[in-house]
Amino acid sequence: MALKHQPLTVKLAVIALAMFGFGFALVPLYDVFCDLTGLNGKTATTAATADAAQIDISREVVIEFIARPNKQMPWIFEPEVRRMTVHPGEIHIMNYLAENPTGRFIVGQAVPSVSPGQAALYFHKIECFCFTQQKLDAGKNMLMPLQFYVDPALPSQFSTITLSYTLYDVTNGWTESIAESTQLGE
Amino acid sequence: MSAAVKDHEHDHEHHDHKPSGIKRWLYTTNHKDIGTMYLVFALIMFFIGGAMAMVIRAELFQPGMQFVEPNFFNQMTTVHGLIMVFGAVMPAFTGLANWMIPMMIGAPDMALPRMNNWSFWILPFAFLILLISLFMPGGGPAFGWTFYAPLSTTYSGDSTALFVFSVHIMGISSIMGAINVIVTIFNLRAPGMTWMKMPLFVWTWLITAFLLIMVMPVLAGAVTMVLTDKYFGTSFFDAAGGGDPVLFQHIFWFFGHPEVYIMILPAFGIVSSIVPTFARKPLFGYASMVYATSSIAILSFLVWAHHMFTTGMPVAGALFFMYCTMLIAVPTGVKVFNWVATMWRGAMTFEVPMMFALAFIVLFTIGGFSGLMLAITPADFQYHDTYFVVAHFHYVLVTGAVFSIIAAAYYWLPKWTGFMYDEKLGQWHFWCSLISVNLLFFPMHFVGLAGMPRRIPDYALQFADFNAFISIGGFLFGASQLLFVWLVVKCARGGEKATAQVWEGAEGLEWEVPSPAPYHTFETPPHVK
Repeated sequence: MALKHQPLTVKLAVIALAMFGFGFALVPLYDVFCDLTGLNGKTATTAATADAAQIDISREVVIEFIARPNKQMPWIFEPEVRRMTVHPGEIHIMNYLAENPTGRFIVGQAVPSVSPGQAALYFHKIECFCFTQQKLDAGKNMLMPLQFYVDPALPSQFSTITLSYTLYDVTNGWTESIAESTQLGE
Repeated sequence: MSAAVKDHEHDHEHHDHKPSGIKRWLYTTNHKDIGTMYLVFALIMFFIGGAMAMVIRAELFQPGMQFVEPNFFNQMTTVHGLIMVFGAVMPAFTGLANWMIPMMIGAPDMALPRMNNWSFWILPFAFLILLISLFMPGGGPAFGWTFYAPLSTTYSGDSTALFVFSVHIMGISSIMGAINVIVTIFNLRAPGMTWMKMPLFVWTWLITAFLLIMVMPVLAGAVTMVLTDKYFGTSFFDAAGGGDPVLFQHIFWFFGHPEVYIMILPAFGIVSSIVPTFARKPLFGYASMVYATSSIAILSFLVWAHHMFTTGMPVAGALFFMYCTMLIAVPTGVKVFNWVATMWRGAMTFEVPMMFALAFIVLFTIGGFSGLMLAITPADFQYHDTYFVVAHFHYVLVTGAVFSIIAAAYYWLPKWTGFMYDEKLGQWHFWCSLISVNLLFFPMHFVGLAGMPRRIPDYALQFADFNAFISIGGFLFGASQLLFVWLVVKCARGGEKATAQVWEGAEGLEWEVPSPAPYHTFETPPHVK
């Protein structure tokens, strides 16, 4: 009797296990989906090449800059200007001021988000402080540069793009990785 | 037919030995014993979850803070939801499946009886873990039953670990139960019981079981990710580490939307069994019922993001999820039409199971309509997270799922106990429940449309009158359910003897065995013509 039921039971158990895996597969699938569609305003995490031969001077796009430290992040973090008007294709540099007012060494990681989400595909960063972790000693400050251009292929319904950075305290993760690399060095 | 069954029982009486006392229940592999345990467990959980609802309604009786701290209030809304969904409605349906599916398809028992025992007995431990987490320092889970990240990761207490393990156990229990149902239906149908002759309760449960094995593992994955995000430094849902909190909502609702159909498809099966019996006519549109159920199940995988319109999504996405959601109204409308058409020119009587089934049809349809309103993306921006949503899902879950379970209990109680229940007491239970449940949930539509947010222990003064009505309705509805317990206990103890067929218009294999159903039924399969 039990043998009669075994093949179907095993098949159903395999479906259940596969669906457990599918739950986790949704994580990378979601990332790929967002990368392809620009859903959620995710921008590329690697540098774009400065391929801005043609500048479209017939159009102007307003770029708004928002910067905010996460609740647990004690840094002061601000853009130099709140907004700028650019022509698609022009390369611009924008500096962000970061200051560590605490008495300890802190590592920060900025995570960008573009709104409206679909415009994220057309916002290219040639160089960005968000590509790497940033370190600041106690009481120090620094300027963090962002070099970007807006793709001339940006659909015409977008006249304003908002770039938002949230800065996170990742000091813990950093010290661990330093400890690891020192061990490797020895 | 029933005589043949009786003789057979007599021959095999020696099979009936069962250990006495608690061991009978601990070791049992009998589908009827396990079904009874599931139903009793669900009833106990219904009262525990109901007690939490009473705490919520006591606090909301007047504006301002009266009885409980906001954090405790949040624990009550959270655990009330978890217990009612996973502890009351789902185990009640599993209990009905255990009792009725083998008898309806002419099988001697469930296909995997030992696993059946196991899938029931891990369940009390899951809820013990969940309930004791309320006594931890910092309290139990307080992030809502939907446990959105980062509420459940960054901002939750240490009871989260207990919450996660208890959801894991509930998930394993339902997956094992679902596998058992599918294997039973595939392999143990009596000769002649072809697919399109199966009672609709069996059909709807088969489809529900497939939904369960598809989505419960996804829920298990979601809670596992919450666990590792909180305790092991992963960042599935943490933007600082490259994750995304919106991803949590996608994964959760990929489980969550089929879950709501898991809680309503068996109800459709129950109503499709009861209405023909008391209308004394065969079910109108049997085949269309099967196809409607299947298409609802398939569509349930394509609509999850209608819970997340306010997270922001491209217009194309919002339109897709809006239209798919509205499409579900079509097969659901087919079902409601078929039930009404079954009653058309029927010789109807109005015993308690029929009364609850009729109330189900009307009130579930109201819940369906408010669902359609919520499906309209721009309108949803107003309704989102208000009491309108609370009204909507309580209409489909309380007057929908819970009413169908109560109807099923009345319908099959004589078959289980061998005695007729007290009809007069049952009518009292019905009318008290019907009036109080509408006093409880209907005004929630209005306060919701006026902007009262859900899951908040206090509210603006202009909502005071409606909330007082709602709370009174809540207390009355809670008290009315005590009548039901009294009635069930009375019916189990004795009463007028029930015949094998019980109801004049009842048809199907379960009505061919004597009442109460013998411990073993259909050891030799019946032949279905």
